[in-house]
Amino acid sequence: MITEDNKERIDSLISKMRAGNQRATGRLLTLVENNLDAAAYIIKKIYEFTGNAYIIGITGAPGSGKSSLINTMIEKFVDAGKRVGIVAVDPTSPFSGGALLGDRIRMKRNFSINDVFIRSMANRGQLGGLARATKDLVKVLDAAQNDIILIETVGVGQSEVEIFKSAHTTVVIVIPGLGDEIQAIKAGIMEITDIFVVNKMDFAGADQKVAELESMLDLNEKYEVSNPDHSLIVTRTQGWRPPIIKTNAITGKNIDKFISLIEKHKKYLIENNQMENKLKIKYRSEVLEILKFRMTQNIEALIYKNPEINQYIDKIIAKEKDPYSISEEILLKFIHMG
Amino acid sequence: MDKKIRIIVAKPGLDGHDRGAKVISHGLRDAGFEVIYTGLHQTPQDIVRSVIQEDPDALLLSILSGAHNRLFPKITKLLKENDVDDILILGGGIIPETDVAFLKENGIEEIFGPGTTIDEISDYIKNHIKRRL
Repeated sequence: MITEDNKERIDSLISKMRAGNQRATGRLLTLVENNLDAAAYIIKKIYEFTGNAYIIGITGAPGSGKSSLINTMIEKFVDAGKRVGIVAVDPTSPFSGGALLGDRIRMKRNFSINDVFIRSMANRGQLGGLARATKDLVKVLDAAQNDIILIETVGVGQSEVEIFKSAHTTVVIVIPGLGDEIQAIKAGIMEITDIFVVNKMDFAGADQKVAELESMLDLNEKYEVSNPDHSLIVTRTQGWRPPIIKTNAITGKNIDKFISLIEKHKKYLIENNQMENKLKIKYRSEVLEILKFRMTQNIEALIYKNPEINQYIDKIIAKEKDPYSISEEILLKFIHMG
Repeated sequence: MDKKIRIIVAKPGLDGHDRGAKVISHGLRDAGFEVIYTGLHQTPQDIVRSVIQEDPDALLLSILSGAHNRLFPKITKLLKENDVDDILILGGGIIPETDVAFLKENGIEEIFGPGTTIDEISDYIKNHIKRRL
């Protein structure tokens, strides 16, 4: 629960953040990541200031050259006068619950502190809440007046799909030679990827990788079949077919073309009125996430901490009632919304 | 999601030996902390900037080059100037016993020399974190 004292402190942090104080931004990010009540309070206050940053999601397997690519992207953006925020998500060890957050060390050090804000976070086992936390960190960086925000993750799992619903443009990086990679790219990611990058283009198999991706995209094409007068017409629905670009992030080859693809995608979204669609998808899933998280918290607190539940569980053990019936009773009696 | 203890391990100055810092970083990860190792050849400004942006609970400064008396106070002073006054700051590496008092007067909470176990460090951190959320 937020005390009045804490509210004052948070309000002060918010004004400082808006005035450009990075320490305040850092503190707000910590609160938002770790405390759902604080997050709710903060997001309510800063929501009106969000919506200005262009958000780019980037993911790729370890070794795909993601960090190098991101470094060159940041350089280009900074050279163009943009302020860039980065949320970099790394995996939590399933054994210890700890994490080594290794994205910051890979960033070039010559970025001025005013131009680039890097925030590392651990995925904490990808249990419910990662997407919520990541999206809320992005909102804080947005309200802190960054022009572009990069969300960097590893892998292409369910959490990534969820997180990238918050991005305007989603980029997936692959490299030549990792044979099973394409198979491993699950359906969800295929549907939300806007640009594929085949990095390390000088390695053998780059063109083959491009061809594999093109066939996968062919399979995913949406077609409309109309049959007005018993003749079959098949038309490909208009839309954005994700371009595939080969790059070498170290030498910089094709990086400018890659950046202009991002701009092209942004233009496409604006000109085809897709922004609102994206926002609908984004906020529907965000609201669902928040509801689920709250409900899960409430239910867990009930089952694990409320001694009243014991008598219900005892009934199951005594075979008086089964788990389904007991769950329905509990739902009716105990679970409130909000 | 429970908050984990968040640590930055930093090596200021020209000291190029980071095996110790890496061992500590991995060890503290295994002890359940979230650890950011910021790499070699960090200036005090680099380190302070990392602290400002990452907002850790503790900062562990590692140095073997003998420049601790100059660099550590510089860092703690810069941190204070940037409103960072509630994080636990520890030092490690090769730091003579005779310098410990001076460093403690200048913002370093405790020094952990060679031979310290990961357990000792992680216990110390858990017991001395200055702030809760």
